[in-house]
Order: sequence, then structure tokens, then C-alpha cells
Amino acid sequence: MSRTELQTLPERAVELLGGEPDDTTLRRYLHGLPGVDAVGLEQRAADLGTRSIKTTSKAWALDKIIELIDLTTLEGADTPGKVRSLVAKAMNPDASDPTCPRVAAVCVYGDMVPYAVEALGDAHGDPDEGGISVAAVATAFPSGRASLEVKLADTADAVAHGADEIDMVIDRGAFLAGRYGQVYDQIARVKQACRREDGSYASLKVILETGELKTYDNIKRASWLAILAGGDFIKTSTGKVQPAATLPTTLLMLEVVRDWYRATGERIGVKPAGGIRTSKDAIKYLVTVAEIAGEEWLQPHLFRYGASSLLNDVLRQRKKIATGHYTGSDYVTID
Amino acid sequence: MSFLEYAPAPESRAILSLKPEYGLFIDGEFHPGTGGTFETISPADESRIATVATASDEDVDAAVTAARRAFDKTWSKMSGRDRGKYLFRIARLIQERSRELAVAESLDNGKPIKESRDVDIPLVAAWFFYYAGWADKLDYAGLGPNPRALGVAGQVIPWNFPLLMLAWKIAPALAAGNTVVLKPAETTPLTALLFAEILQQADLPPGVVNIVTGAGATGAAVVRHPDVDKVAFTGSTAVGREIAKAVAGTDKKVTLELGGKAANIIFEDAPIDQAVDGIVTGIFFNQGQVCCAGSRLVVQESIHDEVVERLKARLSTLRLGDPLDKNTDIGAINSLEQLNRVRELSRIGDEEGAERWTADCAIPDKGFWFAPTIFTNVQTSHRIARDEIFGPVLSVLTFRTPDEAIAKANNTPYGLSAGIWTEKGSRILAVADKLRAGVVWANTFNRFDPSSPFGGYKESGYGREGGRHGLAAYLKGAA
Amino acid sequence: MSKRLTVPKTYKLFVGGKFPRSESGRSYEVVSAKGDFLANAAMASRKDARDAVSAADGAVKGWSGTTAYNRGQVLYRVAEMLEGRRAQFVDEIVQQTGVSNAVATAEVDESIDRWVWYAGWCDKFAQVAGNGNPVAGPYFNISVPEPTGVVAVIAPQDSALLGLVSTVAPALVAGNTVVVVASQRYPLSAISLSEVLATSDVPAGVVNVLTGSPAEIAPWLASHPDVHGLDLTGAGELDWIELQMAAAQTLTRVTSPEQGPDAAAPSLARIAQFTETKTVWHPKSLV
Repeated sequence: MSRTELQTLPERAVELLGGEPDDTTLRRYLHGLPGVDAVGLEQRAADLGTRSIKTTSKAWALDKIIELIDLTTLEGADTPGKVRSLVAKAMNPDASDPTCPRVAAVCVYGDMVPYAVEALGDAHGDPDEGGISVAAVATAFPSGRASLEVKLADTADAVAHGADEIDMVIDRGAFLAGRYGQVYDQIARVKQACRREDGSYASLKVILETGELKTYDNIKRASWLAILAGGDFIKTSTGKVQPAATLPTTLLMLEVVRDWYRATGERIGVKPAGGIRTSKDAIKYLVTVAEIAGEEWLQPHLFRYGASSLLNDVLRQRKKIATGHYTGSDYVTID
Repeated sequence: MSFLEYAPAPESRAILSLKPEYGLFIDGEFHPGTGGTFETISPADESRIATVATASDEDVDAAVTAARRAFDKTWSKMSGRDRGKYLFRIARLIQERSRELAVAESLDNGKPIKESRDVDIPLVAAWFFYYAGWADKLDYAGLGPNPRALGVAGQVIPWNFPLLMLAWKIAPALAAGNTVVLKPAETTPLTALLFAEILQQADLPPGVVNIVTGAGATGAAVVRHPDVDKVAFTGSTAVGREIAKAVAGTDKKVTLELGGKAANIIFEDAPIDQAVDGIVTGIFFNQGQVCCAGSRLVVQESIHDEVVERLKARLSTLRLGDPLDKNTDIGAINSLEQLNRVRELSRIGDEEGAERWTADCAIPDKGFWFAPTIFTNVQTSHRIARDEIFGPVLSVLTFRTPDEAIAKANNTPYGLSAGIWTEKGSRILAVADKLRAGVVWANTFNRFDPSSPFGGYKESGYGREGGRHGLAAYLKGAA
Repeated sequence: MSKRLTVPKTYKLFVGGKFPRSESGRSYEVVSAKGDFLANAAMASRKDARDAVSAADGAVKGWSGTTAYNRGQVLYRVAEMLEGRRAQFVDEIVQQTGVSNAVATAEVDESIDRWVWYAGWCDKFAQVAGNGNPVAGPYFNISVPEPTGVVAVIAPQDSALLGLVSTVAPALVAGNTVVVVASQRYPLSAISLSEVLATSDVPAGVVNVLTGSPAEIAPWLASHPDVHGLDLTGAGELDWIELQMAAAQTLTRVTSPEQGPDAAAPSLARIAQFTETKTVWHPKSLV
């Protein structure tokens, strides 16, 4: 995965912004972006949702969805045993079909990372190359309400234990209060905390928590802000707040990464998380990615689903295509 | 295979049970015509769908006679409440048979099933529902103290939204207490004939609605018939002129809904991505075969290049092909005649010096097709900026100031619709005030609702369809 | 051959889309015109009234937020369902009131047709009651009717069905939700109507039906701050002036009782009386 070298990120931001990334400069830039008409946006999303994906396209789509899932468990009650069960499912989603693809990653709390790494064993690796990576939520997920020091320690901890990807949350309070400089700074510092001893970096996903940002204009601005500050992915939600991912929100974020690519030549990833439970819905997202950003984005380093129950619905659909009849819930394994 | 190529997802034709031949629907029954027959074909592959009757002058006379008798003996004596109940029944039947009607519409017209299923047919049902409720409330419509029907309405409709145009005509006419003789367009008679079957299912009294298929001569016979009290026409401005002349000096009331060359004005502070979608909806919905199509993009010069670039990128995901495939965005042009007209005007655009760009679509061997096309560097003096093309062809012009945008938008004999894209509310309202157009869409385009009046200024016609205002055309002393 | 034993229906309240018994556990006898036992109807308490208001209040946002077209579709569906159950409603009216089959049939037919009349107003009322205003200045100015909110109705007490329909339907047109106290003597049709509402896509809480004593329940509805409109059409036998005074405390919009065969006749006023007019200004400028 290519991303601008970390040292040049601050320079690039200054160049694009026309100044240092403080509240005033960021405000001028972000509020100068074209607005979003919500009715029109939602209509476009609804229209993309009417695409009818059948037969060969559907079979391909179902396999692709599985390959793009970050299989997730983020409960207070998580234990090493739960994580091992999740990892086993991630490596072998369909007990009755070894040809079933693997998911892209498992997503767990930072302190569960060691158990995930251990359970993956040889399967641990880059999903673009057939491996499964470990993503950890960090920065006082899900609320983000802690000091910067605590959030950076949270991040460094997970990275040290082997997390390949960090899913951070932005400070929504600061964003809604207009303190864009603070939001920017936190993201940039977390990105630095993703640096490993060997000089490589864990990939950073920036969770905007769109359900708290409320307006599409806010979501658009937060998306640009997150990318300017160094995020490798922009992610909709923690999954702990309703609404989580929606098609219009994801569409909007895909438009942002499309425009970022046109402006800089660089591709940033998008991850909708929470609320995508059915294959039917997941396919709508694939269509949206392909038609808004482009098919190049249908790869693990540029698009992920943050999901848990989605996988089993996809497996059921996959079985139906293979066998020709509907399957029941007893015929897919729980994780 | 690229995912974006999407495997075929065809809507099944099996839902249709079409007859090989249809007669005229007069006085509640189908009768053979005496004017010969013609065929209706699918413009997607030129295959025959059915044989349809041509109504002769005698047939039209029989239809008007039936309508008059039904008006005198039945419909004018019926309470508004009961007229409303018939219209409610029709609305429900349309909902129940909506998939069948959508397939028939796409087959006969060439428009994508996505549009006939999601736009045309739901609006048809909604139109009947809306006017059903007015039938027993005419006293409240603000159209006079004792609103009375005009009598027999002769209605001629176009091929671009066949069943929807039928609904726009028949629903208010019946609600107001008139009876009807309607002539569908000669290339799209199918859904009107299925509609006649629905009228039989609704048990509508015979003669209240009569459907006479045929071509221009049949339409002229309907318009000129001395016992028609009211003429309603939707179609080209050229024919509209002829009709206006034909009724001059008679007692016939007339409403006309004619052509347009709408300006879609994009200000530099527009919500850009939604504006681009609005441009696409404006001119490529229904293959641009829409009287109110946003066929002129009037874009602020400062953002011209960016908008055109985004527009071209947007067009790359439009899919042209089989109208019955659920993923098709751009269907067939309705007829060879219309296709030739679009080609000819596009050729003129090339000659005039505009720059043509066409979306990269695979064109099927059979059928009538025209890929979405944009002309940039169009000047106000060009024919492609003035003549209605009625196809998927967009002419792009620029402006510098709001006054200039308005002047260019109004600089046309037409005046049907216009679009305004900007985030600034006060500008929307001031520009809307100054546009000489009957329908103004701000930050949206091609939105229709039975409660929202539709119609034009100037050579786009007179009279309104939809809403409380839509009743005026069918009541005495109201318009 | 022995006569088949019937399975008599239990008549409960209709609150929040469900059919609960009164929280007080009380019921009262409903007898036919001849004095024969027909059924035990639930006797609603002030707590039932409170629950009903809460359900109605919770349903305002959804009901007023749907499109007018959608409301019209839902109300038309109610009429369809009523039509399908015509015979049952006729029977119930004959049993409760003792009128002839012909008279009962006429009442049911008129009830259905009146419901259809109101259904057809949903997507038109704003066109007749609202308008643009030509103010003297560079402003766009428009007035539109909006629903008042929760409307409590004391239905005409001398009618089993028509009076109920005539007071409930108009309140729903503009997006209000309703708590209605049915006729005390003839409550069964109100519950059968509730069954129709429950199967007609009417969202839970949009209409809530209480049976029992209007004298006991009405004061609690009149003084409830979450009741925004009070229709006293059927309160002629009650101390309705006291009710109006109680309602005045929170400026609840009130109407007065109506008697006679024309009580609650269909009119635009019955829709308008529970709407508020909102007027919006916006400047217009080219520069």
C-alpha cells in the first residue's frame, strides 16, 4: 500500500491549505468546499440501491464482500476465548466449503491484539496477499473522551503488540465546537504513534462517528480533515451510535476520496461500519464504490466493511447460489 | 469481467398477456375500427408487439357520440362522491397491476424499466388517487361558486410518457365531471389499451372514457369534432399551433402543453456533485425525450471546466441497452423518425461549431439508439441552443452574472421549465421570480407530483396540469 | 341437530396499537336496546387515558412526518377494510341500538363514504388552507397549515359508529393523532373500528380508543398538558364548561358540543380547527 511518506504530510497539508493547519486556516478551507444537498445525495444513494446484481455478478460480489470484511468483536465482555473463536471463523468462514474466501481482517480492542495475533499464526499477513490482518480500535474508543497522552499510549500499545491497523476516533466535541486544529493535531499525532521500531507504520483508519456529526456538510469536512492530517482510511462509525453506516454517508465519503485522488493522485480507503447486516445491503455498497470512486477501490487496502453478522448472511446467500435453495441459520457457524 | 459490466438482470415479459390485435375502446367495449390497422413495435429491437386499429372519422364520431351520451345520461347526473369512487378503483387497479403496466410501457416506448417501474407507473396511480379526492370537493377548489363540467373532452397525448400523460388528462377530466375521448400517440398505444381493460375491471360506466388509437388524422378528427367541448393536447409546439388555429372562433376550451428548451442554471456555489446529478437527470432521464428537459446547461463560467469534467466522468457509469434490463439507465429512442431528428440536429450542432462529446456506449445492432451527448462551446445563436432536440443531447453555455444567466434562460420562445443550482436561498427565490417558466426546480430537477401544477409560459403552451389549478381546465367559468 | 355454541368476542381498549384491558381491571355491561346482555366493555381509568395520551404523543412525529399522500393512502385503506366488514358493523349497530337493518346499513355506508371524503383531503387541504402571501417587500412569504398535535375527542354519545368516524377522521387528515372516548352506551363499534385500524397500516398510537365513562375520563384529558386539541362534540351531557376551563389552563384548543342529526357533519372546518398556520419569510435578492 502506497501512501505519502509521513515526513512530507505536514508540508503537503500546508501547501494545500495555504497555511498552517490551525483553526482559522482549516475553517477557511473546509467551509470553502462545495456544499452537499442532502435530498439529492440521498436520492443518488437510493438510485444506486436499485442496481440489480444477479447470477455471475452476484456470485463475484458475495466472494468480494467476504474478502473485504473486518470481522469485528468490540464488547466489554470480550475474552481471549471469544477472540480465538472469531479468528477461527475469520480463517475458515464456511465450515462446509474450503473454497470460501477469507476475510480481510479481524477487528478487536487493543488489549485483545496479542490473542488475535497468536490465534492467526501463519494466516497473519497482508490481506492484499491472502493474509488476514489485525485491526485494533484505539484512542479511547468509542467515545474518544480522554487526554491525548492516554490516546497515544492506547495506540502505541496496540501497535507494539502486533496490530497492523489502528481504527482511531476523532474528537467529535472538538470538531463540533470548531476546533479543527485540535482534531487535525490529534490525528497527526496518532499517525506518528503508529510508527514501529523498524520505521514502518500501522495503517490508520480515522473514525468520524458520522451519527454524531449529523449533517452531510460536517461529514464532508471531517473527511477532508482526516485525509489532510494523515489518515489512510476514513471510517464512518464506531458501531456504538445510531445511525451507524448509511449508504448516503458512504457515498459522500467515496466522493471525497475520489476528489482527493483527482487532486493529488493518491487513493485513500473508505470503511463503512455498523448496521450492514444483509448481503443485499452489502452489495449496494459495492455498487456504490464501483460507480462513485471506481473499481480500483474494491480491494482490501481501499475498502472494508466493519461487520459481524453480515458474514453469515453472505455465506447463506453464497450457499443458495451454489445449491439452488435457501439455507437456514443452523447451517452457518456462529463466531 | 469487470464488476461494472453487471450480468443481465432482465425483467420478465411473461407477466404480460397481450392480445395479438386490439380494437378501439368505445362505449365500454373493444370494437374493430374502420380505418385500417397499423403495428406497434418495440423500439429496442424493432420487433412487432401488436396490431392496433386506426380510428376513422366515423369511429371518432361514434366515440364522441358515446361520450356525449354517457355525459348526458350518466356521468353528469352522478354525485361527485361516486365519480370519486370510480377514480379510487382505477387508482387501486393500477397499483395492483403496476409491474405489468411498467413492462408494457418499457416494451412499447423504449424507456428503461427502472424508470417506468419507479417513476411513471407510481405517478399514474398517484394522479388518479389525487384527483379521485377532488371529485366531491369541487366547491372548495376556489374555482367559482358552482363549478360545472364542460362536457366532452377530446384529448391527444404524446409518446414520451404514454400512460402518465393519459393519467394527466383523464383523471382531472373525470373528477370534474367530464367524459373523454382520448387518442394515444401512434407509436405508444399499448398501455392505453391495457388501461381500457382496467376500466372494464373497475366497471366504469360505458362511454365515460373512450380510447381511439390512430395517427395524426385521428387526432385532428378528435380535435375538430363539433361536439367536443374541451380540447387538451400535449405534444409539439408546431401541432399545438395548428390546434389553437383549429379551435379559433369555436366555443371549445383548449389547453396545450408543448415543447421546451429549459435552462439548467448552475451557480458557482452550487452543491457540485448533486448539481451534476441534476444535470444528468435533467437531460438524460427518459433519453431526454421530455418537454421540460434541462437541455441547456447554463453554467457559471468560473466552474465550467470542472462541471463539464465531472459530468463526463458521471456519464461513464450510465448504461445504455435493453429497456427491460433492470440496470439499464438509457433506453431506446422511441422511433426512427425521432432518432433521425436527434441525429440531424446534432449534425447541425457540429456544423455550427459546437464541440461534441459522446459517452462511450456499446450500441445494439437493431433498434433506435443515441448515446448521451454533450455539446460544449454552444452560443445562444446556435440552433442547438434554440431548437428542441428531444433527445439525450445537452448544449452547454456559460454566464458571468445572475442577470446574464436569467437573460440567457429567458431568451427563448419557450417557457416550460428551468433549474437553479446554488446554496444561497435568497438567490434561488429572486432568480425564480425572474424566470419566465411555468415550473422552476431549485437544487433538483424533473420532480413531478399530482398536487404540483405543471405547464408553460409563452410557446410552451397554456393551462396547468396537476394540483388544484389542474381542475380549472375542465370546469366552466374557471379558466 | 344442536345449535352451535358461539365464541363471544372480548372488547378491550385500543392504545398504542395494542388491545389492553383497563389497568383498573374494570368493565361494564353493554346491553342491547331490549336490555339483553351483549358484552362487557372495558371501563377506562385516568391511567388508561394517560397511557393513551402518551401513545398519541409518541406517534405525532411519525404521522405528521409522513407525506400527505401516504396519510391519504392509509386512510383510504381503512375505508377499504371497513367496506370488507360491512356486515359485521351493521349487525353490531342493530344489536346495540335496536334500529332496523336498513337504518344500520345506511349508517355504515355513510360512515365509510365520510371516511373516504376525509381521506381525499390529506393531499389537498394545504392547497386550500395555505397560500403564498404578496407581502410588500423583497420577501418570499408562504403560509401552510400544520397539525396541532394530540387531539382528544369526546365522540357523539348517541351514535355507535357515524359520530365516532365524523370526529376522528378529520383530526387525522392534517397529521394529528387522536385519543377518543367512545359512546358509553354503544361502545362496541368503536372497538371493532379499532380492529380495522390495527389492520390498515395505521401506525401504532395514531388513534387510541377508550371505552367507559366520558364523565370520568374527560376531565383528565382536558387538563393534560400533552393534549393540544379538545373536541367536545359529544360532551353535551357532561359539565363541558368545566372541561373548557380546565383546557384553558394550557391553552388547549377547544370546540363546543353539538347535538342533533347534523352533529359533526363533514366540513373543512373540522379539519382546520386542529391545525396551526405557519408563515415563513425569506428574502429574495439577485446580488
